[in-house]
Amino acid sequence: MSDTDRPMAVVSPGSWARSWLRLRRLFLKEFLQLVRDRRSLTMLFVAPILQLLLYGYAITTEVRNLSTVVLDRDETQASRSIADALVATGYFRVTRWATDRSQVARALDQGAATLAIEIPRGYSRSLLAGRPLSIQLLLDGANANTATVAEGYAMQIVEAQGAKLLARSAADVPVLAPVTLESRAWYNPGLESRVYFVPAIAANIMLNMGLMLTALGVVREREQGTMEQLLVSPVTPLEIVVGKVLPVAMVVLVNVAIVDLVGIYWFDVPFRGGVILLSAASLTFTLAGLGAGILLSAIAKTQQEVSMSVFPVLMPMMLLSGMIFPISSMPRVIQWLTLANPLRYQIAILRSVFLKGAGVAELWPQLVPMVVMAVGLMLVAAWRFNRRLA
Amino acid sequence: MISLPRLLTIARKESRQLRRDTRSLILAFLVPVQMLLLFGYAISWDVRNIALGVFDGDQTESSRAVVDAFRGSGYFDVGQQLTRPGDGRQLLDRGDARAVLVIPRRFEQDLNAGRPTSAQLLVDGADANTATIVIGYAQATMASWATARGANPAVMALVPQTRIWYNQTLETRNMIIPGLVASIMMIVGSMLSAITIAREWERGTMEQLIATPVDRREIVIGKLLPYLVIGFIDVTMIVVVGSTVFHVPFRGSALLLGVSSFIYLSGTCALGLWIGAVAKTQLLAVQLNMLVAYLPGVLLSGASLDLSPMPRVLQLVSYAVPARYFVTLLKGIMLKGVGVATLWPDMLALVIYAGCAIWLGVHALQKRLAV
Repeated sequence: MSDTDRPMAVVSPGSWARSWLRLRRLFLKEFLQLVRDRRSLTMLFVAPILQLLLYGYAITTEVRNLSTVVLDRDETQASRSIADALVATGYFRVTRWATDRSQVARALDQGAATLAIEIPRGYSRSLLAGRPLSIQLLLDGANANTATVAEGYAMQIVEAQGAKLLARSAADVPVLAPVTLESRAWYNPGLESRVYFVPAIAANIMLNMGLMLTALGVVREREQGTMEQLLVSPVTPLEIVVGKVLPVAMVVLVNVAIVDLVGIYWFDVPFRGGVILLSAASLTFTLAGLGAGILLSAIAKTQQEVSMSVFPVLMPMMLLSGMIFPISSMPRVIQWLTLANPLRYQIAILRSVFLKGAGVAELWPQLVPMVVMAVGLMLVAAWRFNRRLA
Repeated sequence: MISLPRLLTIARKESRQLRRDTRSLILAFLVPVQMLLLFGYAISWDVRNIALGVFDGDQTESSRAVVDAFRGSGYFDVGQQLTRPGDGRQLLDRGDARAVLVIPRRFEQDLNAGRPTSAQLLVDGADANTATIVIGYAQATMASWATARGANPAVMALVPQTRIWYNQTLETRNMIIPGLVASIMMIVGSMLSAITIAREWERGTMEQLIATPVDRREIVIGKLLPYLVIGFIDVTMIVVVGSTVFHVPFRGSALLLGVSSFIYLSGTCALGLWIGAVAKTQLLAVQLNMLVAYLPGVLLSGASLDLSPMPRVLQLVSYAVPARYFVTLLKGIMLKGVGVATLWPDMLALVIYAGCAIWLGVHALQKRLAV
């Protein structure tokens, strides 16, 4: 220690300086431990990206190329034009032509087709005569979402095609002027699922990684018995917590930045809001995740237990956050329950910032509970940690 | 030669160890119950009570009839009437409405004059899935109003007759609960057995076990037996609770379900054993399991996410995910009530999977011994 340092060591600023030094060493040690080997590096930086790609591509309830079986009993140009109209939209793909009903049933039973369309014999003739026969649509409801959407599309296409043919018919049918409903989707005109999911995945990764890495870090120390060594050193409990939490926060925030950028530039997620609000919200929420991680480390005793807590802890948080399943569709009681879930607020905030360009004025009802929870979690975590050490 | 008493001894030791292990028990019994409740009761994609704002710029009998049609459809919750069309934007921004119906001035006039008319629906598209469904409902409501107004049998007949098979009410839980069976089995079968094996290696007790006269196959089967039993208990519980409490249909043969579950579970337990032997540590075993078995099993099995709109690469990958075949079997048996005649290709795929997994499991143990 140099002479200039000496006077500082006796007065309180000196203890701050030493504390700062200890903190820096601790931080370095924790950071190195995090990024030390290739395996943990992979887990840190490749897994989130993989998760993003998997979710970004897999979670879509859009209907596209839906396998369709056609039972055309009419076999005329008119009947074939209906199948063509279905295919032309890109929603459907004719995978089979059936010749009788049992083949239709078989295709649905096997799951080889999700939609079946039966055009009755004499369809074309009856249409020309102005007395059209009804076409039948059969849908596999086992996948409820797809069926709901596909039903709407198929009905519209078949109806429109029929109306076109009817208008051309010789019969004098007073075809009414069409009344249509023009739909316009705001915020996401292409109605792409991934635009909606990417911000939620970013939020999920913050919670997931913050919680896991913090808890693993503390538990590892305890498992290996090095926590005692740390405690007999001059480091204070607060310094231990801060030194542990800071590198994790850095890694998480770097990951979030990567995920956000991949979302914006690879998945073309629009970013309409403010960078500052996004960063502030991400930082706060990451703190909440870290606090939860310290709490978890008080409950779980081994690293493996921490890993397994994904199922009883993280899964329900994810399911009840509105990430995949809309909160408005949940029963009232469960909706109340979601109010205690910090992930719910963060997902709402990120989605609004990304897609709607919302600012603090619109988002304070989400921001306030999230900040309260983050601060609360940190305080409880610090208290638990101190008590355990005592 | 496999000796039954020795095999059972190992199984007994394993189940005793399991009984004392609280966290494994939580995973084996509490998590399935929790997920069943969540999926059965809490979450769904069913879109009901869609908050709808209305701007009626026409204020005529026809325009009011359209609004009434939306109100009476059972899907929409018609809220406040807007006074200016621009207010719709605010309503959506604040999230107070999911969609806004705008009926233009001269709607009735155009209608009566036989000119093509259209109303406008502004939808909050952020949640693309819900938005797609909302648009579908709105289109159907409008179309049926328009058709009914014409009251022309020729035009009416153009509306196709739709029938929905297997899940007439299109309920989310009817599709998710069969899929849940598959993912729970991934947790119970693969996760638990991987942890057990990894723990034996971690503690060095696997060497002791190997030093005894016990045969390799006896170790494998003996260790997996308790997890098979737990898996069976879980399947039974989910199926029974699902069909009695949540009214998920069960139309097929229970025997077929039992046989398929047995094949799938054996494969999954063996896969877990292999993962455990490769991972060497419990921690890595859990993480590998998430990546190799659990995530693909949930996302690429077709349980709740349809595979057809996914990119071709993911579709190809999904053929290598055993859960895909098991989910097809589960949906086939529970919802469709079909039998072996239809489902044999999927059963064959599962048998192949189980065979490979067991071979891998036994092999992994053997290789470890040579080291």
